[in-house]
Amino acid sequence: MWTWFHRLASPPTFYRLADRLVPWLGLLAAGLLGYGIFGGLLLAPADYQQGDAFRIIYVHVPAAALSLSVYVLMAAAGAVAVIWRIKLAECVLVAAAPIGASFTALALVTGMLWGKPMWGAYWVWDARLTSELILLFLYAGVIGLNQAIEEPRAAARACGLLALIGVINVPIVHYSVEWWNSLHQGSTILKLGRPNMSADMARPLYAALLGTYCFFGVALLRRVQNELLLRERGTAWVKEQLRSAHV
Amino acid sequence: MTKRQKRMAAIAALLLGLGLAAALGFTAFRKNMMYFYTPSDLLANAAPLGAKLRLGGLVERGSLRHGEGLRVDFTLADCEHRVPVHYEGILPDLFREGQGIVATGSLQPGGVFVADEVLAKHDENYMPPQVAQSLKGKNGQHSCAPFKPVTPGGAAS
Repeated sequence: MWTWFHRLASPPTFYRLADRLVPWLGLLAAGLLGYGIFGGLLLAPADYQQGDAFRIIYVHVPAAALSLSVYVLMAAAGAVAVIWRIKLAECVLVAAAPIGASFTALALVTGMLWGKPMWGAYWVWDARLTSELILLFLYAGVIGLNQAIEEPRAAARACGLLALIGVINVPIVHYSVEWWNSLHQGSTILKLGRPNMSADMARPLYAALLGTYCFFGVALLRRVQNELLLRERGTAWVKEQLRSAHV
Repeated sequence: MTKRQKRMAAIAALLLGLGLAAALGFTAFRKNMMYFYTPSDLLANAAPLGAKLRLGGLVERGSLRHGEGLRVDFTLADCEHRVPVHYEGILPDLFREGQGIVATGSLQPGGVFVADEVLAKHDENYMPPQVAQSLKGKNGQHSCAPFKPVTPGGAAS
């Protein structure tokens, strides 16, 4: 099992695997996101209180879920990079940060656009909003630290450590609406027991959520590939790869 | 211990220490992390008159009275207690009887909470109007559960 693991972590093997995965993931993402957005904007009924304004959740909830998931993945890659010094993990860590930051920013912006008409304010300093903003700053910190250190491998290890320190914020964001009272409502879909949403509304939301994960997979794999090419430039496999791609 | 095991132990210790520090910190500052107080807190602790604070609760059914201009009076309730609120200004779209709101203002002599800002607190339930109609009186109505007292004495008294 370990030999398989080491083979997978070798840059050329991973590069080729990513090439094969990307089209399928892309197709899945397009299908799921297509249905999720179409279903969410047109098929799902309007909410009994918010009317059509609730439809922002078809973007907001996937973006917010990804902002946390990507951070966890980044921190896990950081741990692997710091402990085992695996090159691929360093690439995943560095490649994931800007994507996660984008999802966090998207979640914040869509939340604010919804907050003004529904709550009556773009922004309040409650526990959920504040911790999500800190998450954005943590992403920015990882991106900045990576740019600040010249040597890419040392930079990635430093970023790994920062990502690990920041991972403490992830459960805080998720449970902020339970541990403390807040203006932000509690979880709708990640709650066991009685569903808080009618099935007509939830179906496109689950599709959009899965589709966004697939889209993240595509974006991450492509970015990791670029990172690998950049870091391994001059090696035989990169030259071979470039020759076969006719560049 | 190999170098790798040392690094593993260091990271485990780092995460454990951070978790512990966060847990202790947030326990100590629990009250400061709360976004709003509830009517129970207000009545139990007799908050200083005139001190600015946020008050969260449900707008009690049948309590809403529109005054002159933009003036409104209503009663804000959690699961236990209620406080009369006076507000003058624009209300958010979601404001209505039975809805959860958070009002910023202060308690005035006479026990009336005078607010200068009212925000709607939406809950996590989404449904089409027909479903809401059929649920009326059961789950269609908003729950007072999100408005838990902040202070331990809040609920008991």
